Amino acid sequence: MVRVLVGVKRVIDYAVKIRVKPDKMGVVTDGVKHSMNPFDEIAVEEAVRMKEKKVASEIIAVSCGPPQSQEVIRTALAMGVDKGIHVEVSGSEYETLQPIHVSKILAKIAQKENVDLIIVGKQAIDDDSNQTAQMTAAVLNWPQATFASKVEKGDKELTVTREVDGGLETIKCKIPAVISADLRLNEPRYATLPNIMKAKKKPITKMTPQDLGVDISPRIKILSVEDPPVRQAGVILPDVDSLVTKLKEGGHIP
Amino acid sequence: MNSCRTFLTKQVVPIISNTYKKTITTTSGKFQQTEAREVIESTECPKPLTFLTEDEQMMKETVRRLAVEQIGPYVREMDTEGFIKQPVIDMLFQNGLMGIEVDSEYGGAGCSFMTTVLTVEEISKVDPAVAVLADLHNTLINNAISKVGNKEQKAHYLPRLVTNTCSSFALSEPSSGSDAFSLKTTAKKDGSDYIINGSKMWISNSDVAGIFLIMANANPSAGYKGITCFIVERDTPGFTIAKPEKKLGICASGTCMLSFDNVRVPETAILGKLGEGYKISARFLNEGRIGIAAQMIGLAQGCFDATIPYTMERTQFGRPIYSNQGMQYQIAHIASEIEAARLLTYNAARLLENGAPVAKEAAIAKYIASEVAQQTTIKCIDWMGGVGFTKDFIQEKFYRDAKIGSIYEGTSNMQLSTIAKHIEKEYKK
Repeated sequence: MVRVLVGVKRVIDYAVKIRVKPDKMGVVTDGVKHSMNPFDEIAVEEAVRMKEKKVASEIIAVSCGPPQSQEVIRTALAMGVDKGIHVEVSGSEYETLQPIHVSKILAKIAQKENVDLIIVGKQAIDDDSNQTAQMTAAVLNWPQATFASKVEKGDKELTVTREVDGGLETIKCKIPAVISADLRLNEPRYATLPNIMKAKKKPITKMTPQDLGVDISPRIKILSVEDPPVRQAGVILPDVDSLVTKLKEGGHIP
Repeated sequence: MNSCRTFLTKQVVPIISNTYKKTITTTSGKFQQTEAREVIESTECPKPLTFLTEDEQMMKETVRRLAVEQIGPYVREMDTEGFIKQPVIDMLFQNGLMGIEVDSEYGGAGCSFMTTVLTVEEISKVDPAVAVLADLHNTLINNAISKVGNKEQKAHYLPRLVTNTCSSFALSEPSSGSDAFSLKTTAKKDGSDYIINGSKMWISNSDVAGIFLIMANANPSAGYKGITCFIVERDTPGFTIAKPEKKLGICASGTCMLSFDNVRVPETAILGKLGEGYKISARFLNEGRIGIAAQMIGLAQGCFDATIPYTMERTQFGRPIYSNQGMQYQIAHIASEIEAARLLTYNAARLLENGAPVAKEAAIAKYIASEVAQQTTIKCIDWMGGVGFTKDFIQEKFYRDAKIGSIYEGTSNMQLSTIAKHIEKEYKK
C-alpha cells in the first residue's frame, strides 16, 4: 500500500468572469468566488479511489496559499482525504509564488511524510503553468507520469496511460513517482453532507515555507497584467464557396 | 446576495468602541473588572441573519452544484412526465440530502435546521418539485421520528429514511383541509393492534413514499384530542395509494389519495403518545412551513436569476430593456421583496434552532415568501415578454410552481389566521 500526497490549489471559480485590477498588477480576487482547481479535484478523486481499492493507505492533501486555502483542504477531506497540510503564504508573497516554489514545498513534505506517490492536477486554471508535477519530480529525482488518463498500480510500478498529441501513450514507471491528472482520468465525486460533517474532525496541520526550509523569494516581477484583446466580430457567409474565397483572400489557405 | 456572501466569508470580529476602551483604561482595578465584563457583553456583535457557518456555506455550495448538475438536466422532462426520476431520488439519498438533521448514529449528516432550509432553497432554485420531496421528508417525517419517536422506532426507521426510503405526512382528508383536526379517519383498538379506516387526500410524495405518518382519530369522542400519529408502511394490507392528481404546478411531485380499508397496525406503530397526533402535527408543521418558505424564496430567486441576464441582453429602441428606469425600479422592487422574504425565513429558522417559539414567525415567513414568489414569477414573465410565455423558457414553470405556496401546509388565509391569533393574545387585556 502506498502513501499518497495530493496538491490542491484554491483558484478563482471557473464560472467567474475574471477582472483585471485597475492598477494592472493582478486580477480582482476580493469578494470573488473561489473553489478547488478542477484538475486537482481529479487528482483527489484518483487518490480516494486508490484508497477504496486498498492500493493507498493514507492520503494527505496540501495547499499553499492564504488562510482561505483551508476551504479547499476541507473539500478534499470531505471527499475522502485523511489529513490536510496548509502551507501559509499570503499577500505579496503569494502573488509571486510560482511552481518552482510549490514543487520544493511538495518535495519537502513528501520526504517528511514518507509518501510514495504525489498526484497533482496537470495545471491550475488560473495561471495555466503546467509545471508543478514536472518540477516536483525533478526536485525529488523521481520518475514522472504526466497527463495521466488511466493509472494502474502493479507490484512496485505504475502503468500510466498518457494523453499525448498523437493519441494515447502507455508507460511504466517505478514508485515513488509523481503523476499529473488529465481531464479524463476520472469524474470527481461530490462531497456528501455527512462527509462534510465528518471532515470537520480530520486534522489540518498549518506550517510555513520557512518551517520546511523552502525559500519563496520571488523569481519573477509582475510588470503588468492586461485583459486579452477584444475579439473582432465574425461574419456570417452564405455558403462554403464564399468561405473558401474569404480564406484565400486572407491568406489563411493557399 | 453576492455582496452578502462576500461579507459572510470574513470573520465577524466583535467591535469594541473607543469610549469603552477608555472606560476600561481609566477605571480602578475592581471596577475595571466588572466594567470589562459588561463591555464584552454589550459589544458582542450579534451575527447578521445571512451569516452562515463554514459548514452551512459548504453544504449550500454542495447542494447548489448537485441541483444544477444532477437535477437541472431532468427538470423539463420530469415536469412533463409527472414524476421524479429515479436517478434524482438516488442522488438525494447518496449525497445525504434525505437525512440532513438526522443524527450520525443513524447514518444522517447531523446538520442544523438551517442546513435543511438552505438545501430546500438551493434545490428550489432549480426545481421546486424536487425540493418538496426533500423538504417534507426532512422537516416533517425525519424530524418527527427523531424528536418524538422511541429508541426502537428511531433504530428501525431512521436508517431507511436516510438511505433509501422516501416518506409522506398524511393529515388532510377530502372533507378536512384547513380544518385539519376534524379529520374522519379512525383507528379502532383491537387487542393490542389498531385498525385504521378512512381516506387521506393531497398527500405529497405519496407516489414514491415507503413510510407514512398517518393521522387517525383513536378516540373520536375526545375530538381532536383523540388524533394519533401512526407510522405505516406502504405495503401494509388494506392500504392503497391512488394515481397522482394532475396538477397546475410542481407536476413532478406526486400528490395522491390514500385509502385505508381495515389496515391493521400494532400498538408500536404509534408515534409519540396516544391522542397526541395533533401536537405532533402542530409542532412539526411549523418546521414544515419554514421549509415551504425556503422553497418559495429559492423558487423566486431561481426565476429572478434566470430572467435578469435576459433583460440586459434584450435590446429594444436601441438599448437593453434593463436600461429603462421603469424596468430598473420594478426589478429593484422585486429584489427587495425576495431579500425581505429570505430574512423572514432565515430568522424563523434561527429562532427554531434556538428553541424559541416560532409559530407566528413561521406563519409570517411562509405567508410572505409564497406571496413574493407569486409576484416574482408574474413580473419575470412580464420582463421576458413573449418568450416568457413559452415553454422554451423556464419562467412559466416557476410561475405554475409558485401557486402551490399559498395553498399547501396551510393556505395564506390560514397563516393570516395564525398571525391574527397571536396578535390577539399579545394585545388582549
